[in-house]
Amino acid sequence: MRLLNRQRNIIDFTLSSLLRRKRKNTALVLVYTLVVFGLASVIFSTQALKHEACSILQKSPEVVIQRVVAGRQELIPASYIDKVKDIRGVQSAQGRFWGYYYDSTVGANYTLMVSNEPSGAEGSMVIGKGVARTLHAEKGDIVPFRAYDGSIVTLQVGYILSVQSELVSSDLVLLTENDFRQITGVPKGAFTDIAVMARNPKELTIIAEKIRRLFPDTRPIIKDDILRTYETIFDWRGGILLVILAGAMLAFVILAWDKASGLSSEERKEIGILKGIGWETSDVILMKFWEGVVISLSSFLLGCVFAYVHIFFASSALFEPVLKGWSVLYPQFRLKPYIDPLQIATLFSLTVIPYTVATIIPSWRAATMDPDSVMRL
Amino acid sequence: MIDVMDIRKVFNAGRPNEFVAIDGVSLAIEQRKITVLKGPSGSGKTTLLGVLGCMARPTSGRIILSDREITSLPERFLTEIRRTTFGFVFQQFNLIKGITVIENVILPAYPSGENPVVLKKRAMELLSLFNLSQKALSKVEWLSGGEAQRASIARALMNDPEVIIADEPTANLDTKLSREFMEIVSNLNGQGKTVIIASHDPIVYDSAIVDRVVEMRDGKLIAGATEK
Repeated sequence: MRLLNRQRNIIDFTLSSLLRRKRKNTALVLVYTLVVFGLASVIFSTQALKHEACSILQKSPEVVIQRVVAGRQELIPASYIDKVKDIRGVQSAQGRFWGYYYDSTVGANYTLMVSNEPSGAEGSMVIGKGVARTLHAEKGDIVPFRAYDGSIVTLQVGYILSVQSELVSSDLVLLTENDFRQITGVPKGAFTDIAVMARNPKELTIIAEKIRRLFPDTRPIIKDDILRTYETIFDWRGGILLVILAGAMLAFVILAWDKASGLSSEERKEIGILKGIGWETSDVILMKFWEGVVISLSSFLLGCVFAYVHIFFASSALFEPVLKGWSVLYPQFRLKPYIDPLQIATLFSLTVIPYTVATIIPSWRAATMDPDSVMRL
Repeated sequence: MIDVMDIRKVFNAGRPNEFVAIDGVSLAIEQRKITVLKGPSGSGKTTLLGVLGCMARPTSGRIILSDREITSLPERFLTEIRRTTFGFVFQQFNLIKGITVIENVILPAYPSGENPVVLKKRAMELLSLFNLSQKALSKVEWLSGGEAQRASIARALMNDPEVIIADEPTANLDTKLSREFMEIVSNLNGQGKTVIIASHDPIVYDSAIVDRVVEMRDGKLIAGATEK
């Protein structure tokens, strides 16, 4: 109980001691919070984006076969599909259509895909939220497309995709096979690529190897490779933001170090008084420890809470352009909260611990002075 | 109660600026008596006070407190003795600015781990003893000189020490307040406290309540120190 009371008493004194330098400490907490906010925002959004994108991509085909000519992707003949189906372990193989369409009137690129749903009617399409926003289109509107041969193909908006999938569907236009061929000029008997599902996911590498041997002009891409690419992209974007924030972090480190490591003559005098009236060196260190903890922990928590609100409730308003990509079609969606405890622990150890240590060391030096120096203050 | 034997205190030993503050002082401080160390500035009063109050270690010599040799005790034990046995009243009062009077009074007891409610109650009792109850929640910088002096005495008494040590306690007080201070000292002595004061103020060393005056010069006791 005595031990607990000792901590409580010293914390009491630390708090009233901190309140004495209200302005200075508030400014410090503000800057500190801002830095933690920046770092935590990057971590939260990168992690949540990766998590979100990966969980959506889980539903994508296990292997995608692309035909490559002169190192570039080419259309793949329909005849390849049946031969792929004959490979042992392959559950299904299906030709897919996808491509890009540049809309010069708004300067945006759309992703065109053929819907697998048989319900899609000719002349109608399903569009992503981003496309709908860019075109100011609503359900039932007619949208003109300039086809590969210069002719105009008009499609009616049948449905607008939900917000939940906006991260990967923002720029999507889903249409029927015929409409796709009409706009893009992909001839009959050819697909963009082939989606393959395997009976046993453990055999994917073997299946991919068999495909490569059967069709040397193809490139089978396993889902894990795609997921890895996505992770790298988001890590890279997070890295760019971190580099931008590095300047702010450095400025803060200098400020915090200066504040924490240098003791003013008044603080030295106070330590002398405390020693003189019977405080041990360990009591002074404990007080300074709590001082460091109160400032750094409250800034850390505030920064994390603000970052959480910023990323998961305000749609990462400040980082949107860098983190989400899409030149014109910024996806607008709320990320599902996802936090990696390891990342938080790293952030904690990079912010709270150095500050607290920087606070203790100079005080320890001052607290080891002879207590009789207080008689000469 | 406190015996110091052949004490020497040298600052910056072995350096060109070496300074001998106390040179071979032997002295016995009696329990429940008021002892005044008298002498001009630089005579070694404050240094001797620091040695007597376990604030500083002597360069050589021995200190015995209540029949216990404490000369070579580690710092941790000396702090414990300082906290429980001595209460200090400093020349500049040395109250901590920005916090309240009551917090200043409680300060020496914070590390003891006593219940905060008990500490507050005791501090309030001390403040009312010195007519400072009304000022308990005021910041110390709002206190007058006399009030600050009384607050620092209240702080010195917080851990109910046996010995009160005061260094030039009247240096910043006028005659009236200095006399009031001596009255407080007399009351504390009446309650059984041993008081040691370093002062070159005649109001202090000529006071009728003082039991013994020890005169110092150049770090040494002057032979035939006044005994009242």
